[in-house]
This record gives sequence, C-alpha cells and structure tokens, in this order.
Amino acid sequence: MSELLQFTFSGLTVGAVYALVALGFTIIYNASGVVNFAQGEFVMLGGMITVFAHAAGAPLPAAAALAVVATAAVGILLNKLAIERARGASVVTLIIITIGASIFLRGAAQLGFDKQLHRFPSFSGDDPIAIGGATILPQSLWMLFGAAVVFAGLYLFFTRSLTGKAVLATANNKLAAQLVGIDTDFVMALSFGLSAAIGALAGILATPITLTSYDAGTALALKGFAAAMLGGMGNPFGALVGGLLVGLIEAMTAGYLSSDYKDAAAFVVILAVLFAMPQGLFGKSAQERV
Amino acid sequence: MRPIFAKPLSARHATLLALLLLIAVAPAFFPSNFYYRVGTLIFINGLAVTGLVVLIGYAGQISLGHAGFAGLGAYACALGPVHLGLPPALSLVLGAVLSGLLAWLVGRPILRLKGHYLAIATLGFGVLVSMVLANEAWLTGGPDGMAVADLGLRGLLKSAGIKVGNAELWYWLAGLILLAGAWLALNLKDSPSGRALRSLHDSEVAARTVGVDVAGYKLSAFVISAVYASVSGSLLALTNRFVTPDIANFLHSIELVTMTVLGGAGTVIGAVTGALLLTALPQVLTALQEYEHIVFGLIMMLVMIFLPDGLLPSLHRLLRRRSS
Amino acid sequence: MTLLEIEGLGIDFGGVTAVDGVGFTAEPGRIVSVIGPNGAGKTTLFNMISGVYLPARGRVRLDGEDVTGLAPNRLAERGLSRTFQNLQVFLRMSVLDNVMAGRHLAERGSTLADLLGLPSTRRRSRETERAARALLERVGLERAAEREASALSYGALKRLEIARALASRPRLLLLDEPAAGCNPVETEEIDALIAAIAAEGVAVLLVEHDMKLVMKISHHVVVLDHGEKIAEGAPETVARDPKVVEAYLGAHAGREGSHALG
Repeated sequence: MSELLQFTFSGLTVGAVYALVALGFTIIYNASGVVNFAQGEFVMLGGMITVFAHAAGAPLPAAAALAVVATAAVGILLNKLAIERARGASVVTLIIITIGASIFLRGAAQLGFDKQLHRFPSFSGDDPIAIGGATILPQSLWMLFGAAVVFAGLYLFFTRSLTGKAVLATANNKLAAQLVGIDTDFVMALSFGLSAAIGALAGILATPITLTSYDAGTALALKGFAAAMLGGMGNPFGALVGGLLVGLIEAMTAGYLSSDYKDAAAFVVILAVLFAMPQGLFGKSAQERV
Repeated sequence: MRPIFAKPLSARHATLLALLLLIAVAPAFFPSNFYYRVGTLIFINGLAVTGLVVLIGYAGQISLGHAGFAGLGAYACALGPVHLGLPPALSLVLGAVLSGLLAWLVGRPILRLKGHYLAIATLGFGVLVSMVLANEAWLTGGPDGMAVADLGLRGLLKSAGIKVGNAELWYWLAGLILLAGAWLALNLKDSPSGRALRSLHDSEVAARTVGVDVAGYKLSAFVISAVYASVSGSLLALTNRFVTPDIANFLHSIELVTMTVLGGAGTVIGAVTGALLLTALPQVLTALQEYEHIVFGLIMMLVMIFLPDGLLPSLHRLLRRRSS
Repeated sequence: MTLLEIEGLGIDFGGVTAVDGVGFTAEPGRIVSVIGPNGAGKTTLFNMISGVYLPARGRVRLDGEDVTGLAPNRLAERGLSRTFQNLQVFLRMSVLDNVMAGRHLAERGSTLADLLGLPSTRRRSRETERAARALLERVGLERAAEREASALSYGALKRLEIARALASRPRLLLLDEPAAGCNPVETEEIDALIAAIAAEGVAVLLVEHDMKLVMKISHHVVVLDHGEKIAEGAPETVARDPKVVEAYLGAHAGREGSHALG
C-alpha cells in the first residue's frame, strides 16, 4: 500500500511538470494553431539558465527570475522570427520549423552551457517528509504547489482580466478579434512569452529533483504533448488532468511493470488516445465542411 | 498530333539520367577513397528519402517515425545471420518484408489521423521501436549495438576474378540500388496508383468522389516507404558492419524528413538533392562537429520559412521568372 | 424508370436542422435543378446524396438499391459523380492529370504493376490519357492540358471539374453551381454542355443560382427553403409559385410578385 502511495507521489510530481508543459502547448496551440515542438526546450532553458546564473554568483531567486524572463524572451523571438514568418504554411512545414527551433535551441544550449547534468539546491532542503508510509521530497511539494498556482493564476487571468479575455478571443477567431480592436500581434507575443515562462518555471521547480542537461527538452516535449492530447488539445483543464495522468501512468509502469520502458508509457498513451478518442478526455471533435 | 507521354516521359528520364550521371561521373572528382564512403552514405539516405517522397510528396502524409523501419531493416541484417543462419542479402529481404508487414498492420489505424496527430502517432511508433531495440539487450546488444556480418559480395566478385576495393564496391552497389529505387518511384508517379496518391494529397473528398479508396492508397504509400527505409537501414548496417539503436531514433527520423523536404518533397530528384546536401555537409565540415545541431536546426527553420516548397522547386521558379 | 430516388432526407448540425424531409426523383436524360435562397440547404443536400455527409433521416436509392450513407468512392463505383461548389480541383496536378485522375475506377490496377512500370500499366495510362484529352476538348481546355491546374482561371477550373466528373462515365451527375462566377459567354457554354450531357442519357442534378440557366435547361425544378422542400414541378410552374417568390424576396415582395404575375 505504501508502495502504491510512493508511486503516486512520484507520479504526481513528474505529472505536474508534464501538466505545465502541456499547458504551454495548449496556450500556443490556442493562439496560433501551431504545435510547438520546442516547448521542451523552454523547460530545459529554465533549469539550465538558473543553474549557470546561480553558479556565476547570483542568489537562487534572482537566477530563477532571470531564467524565466530570458526564456520568455526566447519564446517571443521564436514567434516573431519563425512562426509569424511562416503564416499559412502547411502542417508539415510548421512541424519542421518548430522541430528545427528545438534542435537549434538544443545546439545553442550545448555550446553555451555544456553537455553535463546539472542541478541547483532544493528550495527547502532535501529531507524527505513521511506521509502515510511513503516519503515525499519538499521540492516535490514545491512542484505541486507551483503547478497549482500557475493553473489557478491562469484561470483567473483568462476569465477575469481584460487581457486574458482578449487572448481567448484571438484564439477563437483572429480576424474577428482584430476587427474589434484587439492587438493580435501583442496577443501572440504574450501567448508565446507566457507559454515559455510557464515552461521555464516548470524546469526551475523540477531541476533539483530530476536534474537537467542540454538535451532534457525532447523527452519532456513528447510527454507534455501526450498529456495535452490525453486531456484534449487546446483545453487547459485537460492539460492539467492529462499531465497528472501521464505522470501517474509512467510511475506505475516504472514501479509495477518495467523501469526500462517507463518512457514508453507516454507514447503508448499517445497512440491509445489517438486511436480510441482523438479528441481527448475533454476536447471536441470536428466536422469537415465541403 | 503530340506524341503520347511527351512531357512525363522526359521528366522521368531526366531524373534517372541525372542520377546515373551523378553516380557514374562523381568518382572522377574524388580526391581520396574517403569520398566513396560519403557517396555511399548519400545514396543510402537517398534511397530512404525516395521512399518518403512517395509518402510525403505524392500522398501528402507525414511520418516522424520512419527511422523505426530503417532500424528494423538494419537489425534484420545484424540478427539474421547470427540467429537464423541466413545470408545477409536474404536478411535484407526478410527485413524489408517484416517492415512492410509491420507498416501494413500499424498503418491502417495510424493513417486515419491527419496533420499533427499523424505526425505524433508516427513519432510515437518510431520511438517505441528504438526503445525496444535499445532495451532488449539480450537480443540486440542494447545501446552499445552489435556487429553485422559481411555482405560477401566482395568475396563473390573476387572468386569471379573481379578485384574491387570495399569502399568502391559499396559506392556502386548503393548507387545501383538508389537508381532502382528511383526508377520504381518514378514509374509510380505517372501510373494509375500514382495519380490516385497525388489526388488524395490535394483533395481527399474529391479523390473519394472519383472512386479512390483513400485509406487503401495511404496504406500503400506507408508500406512502400517503409520498405524503402528498411532496405536503406539494411544497407547502412551492412556497409558499417555495425549497428546501434540510434539508427531508429527520433533525430534520425527528423533528418530523413528534413532531407526529403529540403530539396523538394514532391520529386525524387529534389529529395535526393536534399539527401546529398545534408549528408555531405556534416561529413565535409567535421571541424564544425560542435555546431552540428545549431546549423542543422537553423537550416531546417530557414528553408521551411523562406522556401517551403524546397530548394529545387524554388530554384526552378526563380529560373523560370528570369527567362520570361 | 427512376435512377435516383431520395425520400425524407434530413440532417442536423449542432442543434440546427439544416435539411428536413426532402424527397424527389431523377431520371436518366433529365435535368433536375435544385434551387432556393442562400442557406436553404442545397449543398448540404448534395453532400448527403453524394456520401460526404451521413444523413440523420431518410433514404437515398440508386437504381432501386438503398445507398444511404455509402462512402463517396462506393457511390462512384455505382455511377455517381459530382462537382463542388467550392472547387475541389487537384491544384498541384496538371490539367490533364486532373481529368485522368477522374478515370480512376476504369484504370486502377495492381500497385505493384504500377511500381514496375509493366506493359499493362502503361496501356491503362495510355487509354486514360486518350479519354482525358477527349474530355478536355469537350470542355474547351485541350490547350491547357500540360499546365498546372492552379494556373487556370476560376471559370476554367469549373469546366475542369466537370470534365473530371465526366471521366468516370457517370449515370448520375451532381453539379453544384457549375456556372457560378462565370461570365454570360461561359455560362452559355456550360449550359450547352449540361444539356448535351443529359442528352447522352445521364441523369443530371443541378444546384444553380442563375435563374436563366435553370429555367432554360431544366426538365424539373425542386425548391428548397430553410432546409425543406417548398415547391417542385416544371420550371414555369415553379417560377409562378407564390411560395417560391416569397422565399426569395420575402413575404411583402411575395404578395407584390404574385400581383405582378397575375
């Protein structure tokens, strides 16, 4: 029983990271219809920049803040220089562009940083906390707390603030949004920046537990995508549920089946969702009009 | 009365001629034997991307997991001789058959998806294949890979009195197989099946209306391209005499798709050009090993943003505009 | 002898009833026009008959066989062909290839044979090319055969779609606004073409807004409004029907109109 609880804790922790990655996907997908394969790199940059800024002498909170801002800037640049230039391109083209961006960022990280694994100190130390026969790291609690704050904050942002509603309107119908005076270029920049910042935050919260390196992004992107698909592409609540579910499935697979294939869990989830219910748990299915 | 097939015939013949010339004439410019090796790799990649032209260029689908089939073909040649006592050449055929079969099984459900969903599903498939290859070390030697038996062609020729260097032999063999693969793909393009594939690329609903079994033809394209990838993987394993699970990984799948799209996914000559550029580049710029990812990523982005149809079609358009 | 019989066809989209209770017949050699104001459900009706949408209610019978809900390619095998209001031309293919693709059912064979370029494949392609060029000549596009379809004008693309639809030698041809966006000369040519097609024994179902065209060549007219059939009959009868005038022009104009027509 305590074993199950242990797996649940680790599943929720890693699931929180996937949920945040999935949320990042969802925001960009809603804003531009693009599936951003470089999403994982935002997480990687969040962790890596914090590591190196901290190592260079900055106090941890400052390093983290720098990482979030810098990564947000990268996200905005990605939109401005790559996505926007490829307006109306085919799906294949857009996929290759974002994959190219992902590879580019990975190469840049490899050069700018190095190829080692890195971490920085946990926020409140590493003494495991005992709960119900299992243990959980303080950092895991930070992870879950951080994810909850982000999701709650964004919910309020999108439903209560004018800017948030403008983002939703643009996602729904860009032309109509422009016609009512919404600055859609700003909304797009905001969406990409926000998505990148969320990814960076996930990276910062996770690095003390999972460590980070220049190539940590790919696996995260794929698992985050699995989560977004499971929850229903474009649905933020689905991203949360999907992320936690994928994390739990992965932890259970590692614990009860085979730790070699734990990474496969996310891909099996992707395939199962695509075949059985492509619209995900909370998504809508579309009709093609002729 | 205009002769039948005047235009399509010449495009097809032009491509085959260009490839033949490239393969036959290039060695005259080789400063050293090393270039036979580069040429071999270009032709092997060229074979894989020719298969992808059928899937991406003709049928308009996408696959981010085709390296999985290359991995299957490669490991078939590694395992066949060791576990089944099959000669490597037969193992190549076996690998192709198995890849075709797997593509046929997996393809039906996967090809019901479109766009991003199809991309991710194929990606998932490819990753699962590479994971199995890496994890089942008892069979495949795990992440460290395993040795591959010699094809035996050189020995065969020697006993017939023909002496030829290993690098050279592989160059001609790979070139010949690429020519054969290109010939098949070009035959397909202007055939009834080819028209059906190309029609479903442009408008699935109209293709259905003229009677095309869309699901069936998508599956054909998937199976055909899987076989091409498998043979390409087999050749790579046989020429390297070694194989690791990396051959089936995501990055390799992306490289193949990028090569295909870079030169122009719609034509065999375009895709082979892309294969040439992206295979030769890292080989020639070994000094820039560190910058490989940055350069590759940058190329992908820039070409897709500014020349989304690929290099050759854009070049063609530029030349046409100049002359008019 | 009825070729097409539809009865009680209906479909809803997200709570809105797009079409309800529509039924009529079509015979070989006769042109039936479906008219009605914008949004009346004409293209939706076509989509249901041609297998693009699955009807929620009703039956479609082709030559007595119930073909309701069959996929478009199955219907093509039974001799149904159509053109599209929003043009579904194979833009990346040449004009000739477009029409050749239309002959898919006649020319399809083993993909393996096609890969190997066997004589049987080449023979099939030659026959298809011959038939396709003849059709291009019929619609006046023979000189554009080698051009990429995307280079053609809108009116030419409309004719290309008709040529492609004819390539499968259909028994029932659905034409969705074949003359839309065409100038009077082009419309005349299309009108002559449609009449000739019907004269060859094809049953033609036409959606059209151009009333002159409709009145001139139709044998029978069906009028839809808000997804329901409100009138049907010979062209002159339908033109005088006050319900029809009202549907197009509104109730007030309807009363004025019926006064005017007497």
